[in-house]
Amino acid sequence: MDVSCLKAVNAERRARRAVILLTEPATQAHRVIPEAEAAALGGELGEMVRKAFHTGQSGAVTADGRECFLNVYMPQPRLVVIGAVHISQALAPMAKVAGYPAEIIDPRTAFASPERFPDVELLAEWPEDALKARPLDGYTALAAVTHDPKIDDFALKAALDAGCFYVGALGSRKTHAKRAERLLAMGVGQDQIERIQAPIGVNIGALVPAEIAVAILAQVIEAFRSRGREARSAAA
Amino acid sequence: MDSVHLDETRDPLLIAEDWKNTGRGVALATVVETWGSAPRPVGSHLVIDEDGNFHGSVSGGCVEGAVVSEAVDVIGTGDPKLLEFGVADETAWRVGLSCGGRIKVYVERLG
Repeated sequence: MDVSCLKAVNAERRARRAVILLTEPATQAHRVIPEAEAAALGGELGEMVRKAFHTGQSGAVTADGRECFLNVYMPQPRLVVIGAVHISQALAPMAKVAGYPAEIIDPRTAFASPERFPDVELLAEWPEDALKARPLDGYTALAAVTHDPKIDDFALKAALDAGCFYVGALGSRKTHAKRAERLLAMGVGQDQIERIQAPIGVNIGALVPAEIAVAILAQVIEAFRSRGREARSAAA
Repeated sequence: MDSVHLDETRDPLLIAEDWKNTGRGVALATVVETWGSAPRPVGSHLVIDEDGNFHGSVSGGCVEGAVVSEAVDVIGTGDPKLLEFGVADETAWRVGLSCGGRIKVYVERLG
């Protein structure tokens, strides 16, 4: 394989964009297919490439009479947690173990203290500022757990705008109804608001913060593995 | 460029690029097919240099030794190889997968 192919693949990976490396062993030919170019590909190959991006599964395929190997490189999923609260203390280490490294954002320095969050990426800043340096994207999950509108609302809108694969918000149905009204007033569409998982987490009867963290993480994994891609591409 | 979400010190493809940039002969091994229980999924990489240094994995350590020695050949000749590994007793290779699965590994030189 020519090193230029490898460089092209790595450049996409560094930019957190999904990319496929196609290898045709019979001819030793290679082709780099960034996700942005997949839609324009015709024929059987186009179909298979789009399916591979959709599932994230690498594998051998026969397309247009040729045997190829498609290696799919998906960006590392990550989890941004708004709120350095009790739930986040349990969620961050669990998420890291599960392969969804977490970043915690909370402008309240009393909450966002390194003592409370050892070994976690912790940003004691407003989401407005913190998200500028590390923008949200389609391979990021966002969980807003402060239930303080001043802190959560901006981040929720940003996550919906960026097409995050998961957007969840803590709070009762009543709290969420008020939140929906505020987001509508901020210009967020009703269809987008419906993407928010609220009350947050799968329904396992979670009671204490660590159990709620499990419920959230389970929902994040489900969203990533079932790929809310239609929703994301609609948002893009 | 921001690669904060890639592990520069452990990522086989970044290491392959780095090794190539420093003028080493490099081969890339990729798991292209698995049957039954296999320790590493399709698409997993092992990068090997001409001296047999390697990073990444194509199995749980069961067949890396054989892949590395084949890869050193591939770096020399430039001809890619398709290697197949099954359980230890069933293959021509001296190594095998104790888990009982089978894997196919494509090894090619980075030019």
